[in-house]
Amino acid sequence: MRIELIKRPQRSFVFSLLSPFIALALTMIAGAIMFSLLGKNPLTALYYYFIDPLRAVWQLHELAIKAAPLIFIGVGLAVSFRSNNWNIGAEGQFIAGAIAGSILPVLYPELEFWWVLPLMLVMGFAGGAAYGAIPAILKTRFNTNEILTSLMLVYVAQLFLDWIVRGPWRDPKGYNFPQTISFGDAATMPELMPMAGRANWGFALAILVAVVLWFVMERTLKGFEVKVLGQSPRAGRFAGFSSRRMVFFAFLLSGGLAGLAGINEVSGAIGRLQPVISPGYGFTAIIVAFLGRLNPVGVIFAALLLALTYLGGEAAQTSLQLSDKVVRAFQGILLFFVLACDTLILYRIRLVRTRGAAREVSDGHA
Amino acid sequence: MVDDTRSIPHASLLEVRGLTKIFGQLKACDHIDLTIAKGEIHALLGENGAGKSTLVKMLFGSLEPASGEIRWKGEPVRIGNPADARRLGIGMVFQHFSLFEALTAAENIALALDRDTPIGDIAERARRVSAAYGLPLDPGALVGDLSVGERQRIEIIRCLLQEPELIILDEPTSVLTPQEADKLFETLERLRAEGKAILYISHRLEEVKRMCDKATVLRHGKVVGHCDPRGETASSLARMMVGSEVQKLVREAPAGGASREAVLEIRGLSRHPAGPFSMPLRDISLTVRAGEVIGVAGVAGNGQGEFFEAVSGEALQETAGMVRIRGKDVGRLGISARRQLGAAFVPEERLGHGAVPAMVLSSNLLLSRYRTDAKAFLSAFGIVRSDIVINASRRVVETMDVRKSAENPEAAALSGGNLQKFIIGRELDRQPALMIVNQPTWGVDAGAAARIRQALIDLARAGSAVLVISQDLDELFEISDAIAVMHNGTMSPPLPLAEATYEKVGLLMGGAEPERAGPSDVAGAA
Repeated sequence: MRIELIKRPQRSFVFSLLSPFIALALTMIAGAIMFSLLGKNPLTALYYYFIDPLRAVWQLHELAIKAAPLIFIGVGLAVSFRSNNWNIGAEGQFIAGAIAGSILPVLYPELEFWWVLPLMLVMGFAGGAAYGAIPAILKTRFNTNEILTSLMLVYVAQLFLDWIVRGPWRDPKGYNFPQTISFGDAATMPELMPMAGRANWGFALAILVAVVLWFVMERTLKGFEVKVLGQSPRAGRFAGFSSRRMVFFAFLLSGGLAGLAGINEVSGAIGRLQPVISPGYGFTAIIVAFLGRLNPVGVIFAALLLALTYLGGEAAQTSLQLSDKVVRAFQGILLFFVLACDTLILYRIRLVRTRGAAREVSDGHA
Repeated sequence: MVDDTRSIPHASLLEVRGLTKIFGQLKACDHIDLTIAKGEIHALLGENGAGKSTLVKMLFGSLEPASGEIRWKGEPVRIGNPADARRLGIGMVFQHFSLFEALTAAENIALALDRDTPIGDIAERARRVSAAYGLPLDPGALVGDLSVGERQRIEIIRCLLQEPELIILDEPTSVLTPQEADKLFETLERLRAEGKAILYISHRLEEVKRMCDKATVLRHGKVVGHCDPRGETASSLARMMVGSEVQKLVREAPAGGASREAVLEIRGLSRHPAGPFSMPLRDISLTVRAGEVIGVAGVAGNGQGEFFEAVSGEALQETAGMVRIRGKDVGRLGISARRQLGAAFVPEERLGHGAVPAMVLSSNLLLSRYRTDAKAFLSAFGIVRSDIVINASRRVVETMDVRKSAENPEAAALSGGNLQKFIIGRELDRQPALMIVNQPTWGVDAGAAARIRQALIDLARAGSAVLVISQDLDELFEISDAIAVMHNGTMSPPLPLAEATYEKVGLLMGGAEPERAGPSDVAGAA
């Protein structure tokens, strides 16, 4: 007995649209099973996970804070994946951007001008882009696999951050805690509605970036180039597009946006550099990109949903005494079902009973 | 292995009654009746999309019929998969070979046979079959090193080793030189003499007339006639296939001779092989002048693809002077810059090279014209003016009579012929000064092919230079003013049509030196 995937003659438009929702429903079911195996009432657990974190206005602000980095990174990855470049290292580029953007508030805290924050954002973008350029150079020069190189560079960035906040950038008055000085007012992302909650302008900026990139992808020659090279590199070369330049475009854009997310996070939600600045945003954004159907506007909604799993995980820790690892499990289950649903839209499953003879080897003809 | 077939002479081997296959709304095969007797070469004729492949796939078990009956030696049978077909005694040689280039011929054959046969035995059996049927082949040779004709022989031998009684051949001569095709015909006649039946799919009417005992003609999924091809003329067969008289090409000789502008000049073009299985280009020189059509003949895999890539600018040259377009050195310029000088290109592969399969036609129009027509198609910040692109695409569809199912369908939804008409029309719509086409009518039905050829001739007569690379000799003789031949990465000087014969061109395709092909040939040298 073996399982074969057979390509469907055409994909169903309805199911392409429904796929994320089916995946979500299946995740809920799998989650309920997981909770009952952990000895919790599944309905209570799902309530704490998905409803309880949305009951108060301040909680919606927390949702926006968690969603902003996922949107920044997710739209960049969506464009990169569309061009068939697999940047898996956004977590590292997030950290690189955070460090590059923090140069000003950490080394020159006396600067108190309006342009400090915009400059930090630019430097954050540049830092993430520069870090993303490494796998791009390796891919175009040495034909290395960008999935491996970009992923491995995540650990380099994490350890570099760990070193810099314990060593050269440690706050001298910080009782030896591994963290930098707190950023000044000029280096802090202002809050949207300070009376209501903590959400800052980073969320608005993220939405703006997503909408602009949606326009670029749908309406401009650049978006056309991304899609052509992603679907059919040979047709792209015939059109006169350069795959090599596209590798750089994809990595600089997705790396830069991850860097922007990083500096946005430390200048807004955290307010300083510390050894851990991300609960895995760079990896979760991969799920966001796919759940959003690699469409920048879809990414906004997917990011809000994944942000909710973070909040739900925190709620589940306090009210249900569940480990925070449940969040990762949840996200993993969701990605699994998203990819499974997408696969089944394009392919159908056939079970083949194996017979003794090897004659079927040549069935590849058909 | 032929004893039992002799015992019941002239009985029908395969009988098909009312075979039907439906894809969505489309009846790909609609109540097909077909009878094949032992010792018969039976032609299956039809335009692209007529239902030939669907029918054959049902006979070979790759597709399941919706209704109808298949009888094998009088018994109704159900052919569920290719293994069933082979067990019954039906073998198939595909148009597109499924061989591994890095394995030897014998290893490739072994893959299709029972797992436990030692490779030495297979090589020995292959050698015996190849000697018996006049199919010379070295079982130890790496497939990557073999010519297309030799690769086809592997497929045929692989098929014969399974001792089939009915052999299905799908467009077998489309990749062969005339001489190689003649050898194939000898083999087929030997098989017929042994009592084997052959179902021969082709659109080359001349060879069908010459070889086949019976013919079944399909049109739009229906049988429009059974006939004896020997009693028909090529044009009467074509009329049955197309349903109307195929348009005759109109062609006059270009005026002005050598005084016309040299639009494309290639001087000493050489190129290193790009990969382990690709051909280098060796010192190619060629001039194409305004108003003329130059044909490039050659067996597939002799460097035509590499030549197209080099001239189009998909691959750059080492020095700028190797390729000149309208007097400008372009060897170091990319394809967009060459297009802006007035050149237009149509590659061999339609889906995935000339067009992006999952993109709509208007996007595929933009694919090759976003630079040359930037003023019309793009506004500030590179925003695509999609209404104007869609209008241009509609214009191409109307001019070239592209048949399609939706207003702006995906390229993959069009039949091969219609997509090719669109791709050629997309370039003609620009009125290019230089048009370079690789395999303009490969896999295209007769009606569309005639239209495409006429369009190329008309373009030349309107003053453009046209370079056509093709494996179809009939086509080249029909439209070219002179024919050059590619062999092993070199190109012969073009033979003016008045001096070119099938034999001369065929010899050059097989690798004969131009000097031996005839003394007058060198005169055309640039």
